[in-house]
Amino acid sequence: MLAMTDSTASSHSAQDPLLPAIELRTVTKQFRTPARGIYTALRDLSLTIQPGEFCAVVGPTGSGKSTTLSLISGLDRPTRGEVIVMGQPVQGVNAHVGFVFQTDAVLPWRSVLDNVAVGPMFRGVRSREAHTRARAWIARVGLAGFEDRYPHQLSGGMRKRVALAQTLINEPQILLMDEPFSALDVQTRVLMGNELLTLWSSTSASVVFVTHDLEEAIALADRVVVLTAGPATVKGSYAIDLPRPRNVSEIRFNPRFVELYHTIWEDLRSEVMISYERSKQRAD
Amino acid sequence: MNAPSNVLTEPPDSSVTDEVRRIRRAAGRRRLLVNALRVLLLVIIIGGWELGARLGIIDPFFWGQPSGIWDQLRTWVTEGTSQGPLWEQILVTLEEAVLGFLIGVALGVTFGVILGRNRFLADVFSPYIKAANSIPRVVLGSIFAVGFGIIGIQSKVALAVVLVFFIVFFNAFQGVREVDRSLLANARILGANQWRLTTAVIIPSALTWIIASLHTSFSFALVGAVVGEFLGSVEGLGELIRVAQANFNANGVFAAMAILAAVALTAETLITWLENRLIRWRPNATAEATL
Repeated sequence: MLAMTDSTASSHSAQDPLLPAIELRTVTKQFRTPARGIYTALRDLSLTIQPGEFCAVVGPTGSGKSTTLSLISGLDRPTRGEVIVMGQPVQGVNAHVGFVFQTDAVLPWRSVLDNVAVGPMFRGVRSREAHTRARAWIARVGLAGFEDRYPHQLSGGMRKRVALAQTLINEPQILLMDEPFSALDVQTRVLMGNELLTLWSSTSASVVFVTHDLEEAIALADRVVVLTAGPATVKGSYAIDLPRPRNVSEIRFNPRFVELYHTIWEDLRSEVMISYERSKQRAD
Repeated sequence: MNAPSNVLTEPPDSSVTDEVRRIRRAAGRRRLLVNALRVLLLVIIIGGWELGARLGIIDPFFWGQPSGIWDQLRTWVTEGTSQGPLWEQILVTLEEAVLGFLIGVALGVTFGVILGRNRFLADVFSPYIKAANSIPRVVLGSIFAVGFGIIGIQSKVALAVVLVFFIVFFNAFQGVREVDRSLLANARILGANQWRLTTAVIIPSALTWIIASLHTSFSFALVGAVVGEFLGSVEGLGELIRVAQANFNANGVFAAMAILAAVALTAETLITWLENRLIRWRPNATAEATL
């Protein structure tokens, strides 16, 4: 386990520390809607994320948070502007990027072990070695003994652990997370938050964590970025100077946490209201 | 059952197993009743038919009669048919159906996956596929009979292939289209290239759809083989039926039909077995399949 952590750390030290991990330069993303209209998800959005930084992105529903992640991951291209990941303009899916999705994206017909081993195997690692590494990662996310189960036999929290192991086994230097714990119950969500912080602290990857839950964002991140109601652009960026290591379940009683929450919520509330009014109009 | 003294005096384990035993017994009784009623239903239909024929309500010359069908089957087994031994007729039809089934499934899955993955090709081909699907394809049997000749199995296999192809094709196509977007995105991020995406995500995902189509498509393969034989053949169960029809032998038609039903049911059992093996990962796969 230690050896694995070391290898991850050494692969990171090779990266130029001066270079931002992720840079979005005045990025605009438009979609064609089925009704032949054009929907602008992002407008002139600029965002820089430093190596090893844990950045949470909050914003009202439909504010283009997920679109931002799909642009960074290379799954989608910007309409205008530039996306630069580790000094290189994004052209398709990048091998250094990991992505944990909101919905269950583990393969339902594969056992836990085969699901976790799938990343290395896609990248040409031999089956035997991939499975050895998968076992180690399954143990790290606390699923030892469940290697032979199928996803439908696991709880939602356990499936998320599989998804985490599946992503982290590829040792990504950039970890994108799209509301990963939103489908979980509150207790499990807090536990998974702690789990994530522990795993992250041993990898020093940069994280972009999209969530609609401000409490979760502050508890986890080094910095919280507030997006405006769509078309999204950055409204504010707040450094979270809470000490680490943190306990997600207890940090919200910290007076500084409450203070930060109030400040950021002031900023977020107006955007949430705009988005809410719009959705009401659409419903009417 | 809910006597509190019971709970106090006995360890909780035994009361739980009592409960389980009670539920099992109830389920067993239900199963027995269902099976008994099934047998009863069969006896009423077959018995009613036989009785009707003997009392002269049903004319056995036109509509056959169960004892006559049974006699016909016995004669075929012991003395052979007009075309030769019975097992040879079954084997010929089975060979045509199985060959047609396998080729049709292979072609259907291949084209379904290719067109399902490639929206451009799908747009180009879609009007022709819809047109081809809407015409009654059994008519093609006449073309095949002329083209491939009535001797040999080619014309029958060809008809079975055509019938099977479209069912499997549409299911495979739809299955590929329905693949969960986030599964695909996840696999791409994890490092899958197009080939791995197809083999590791798309085909396993579409397999539920494809296998569901196999149940219907084997029956259609049998239809293709039998109709192909009607249209011109010298052997096979379809030819047996044609000869029986030509001789006004209703019992012969029914006897051949009973054999076809047995073949179809055997194939269905095999496909269900295959289904349960291939989609083991699905929750309650066995429960759904046995329903």
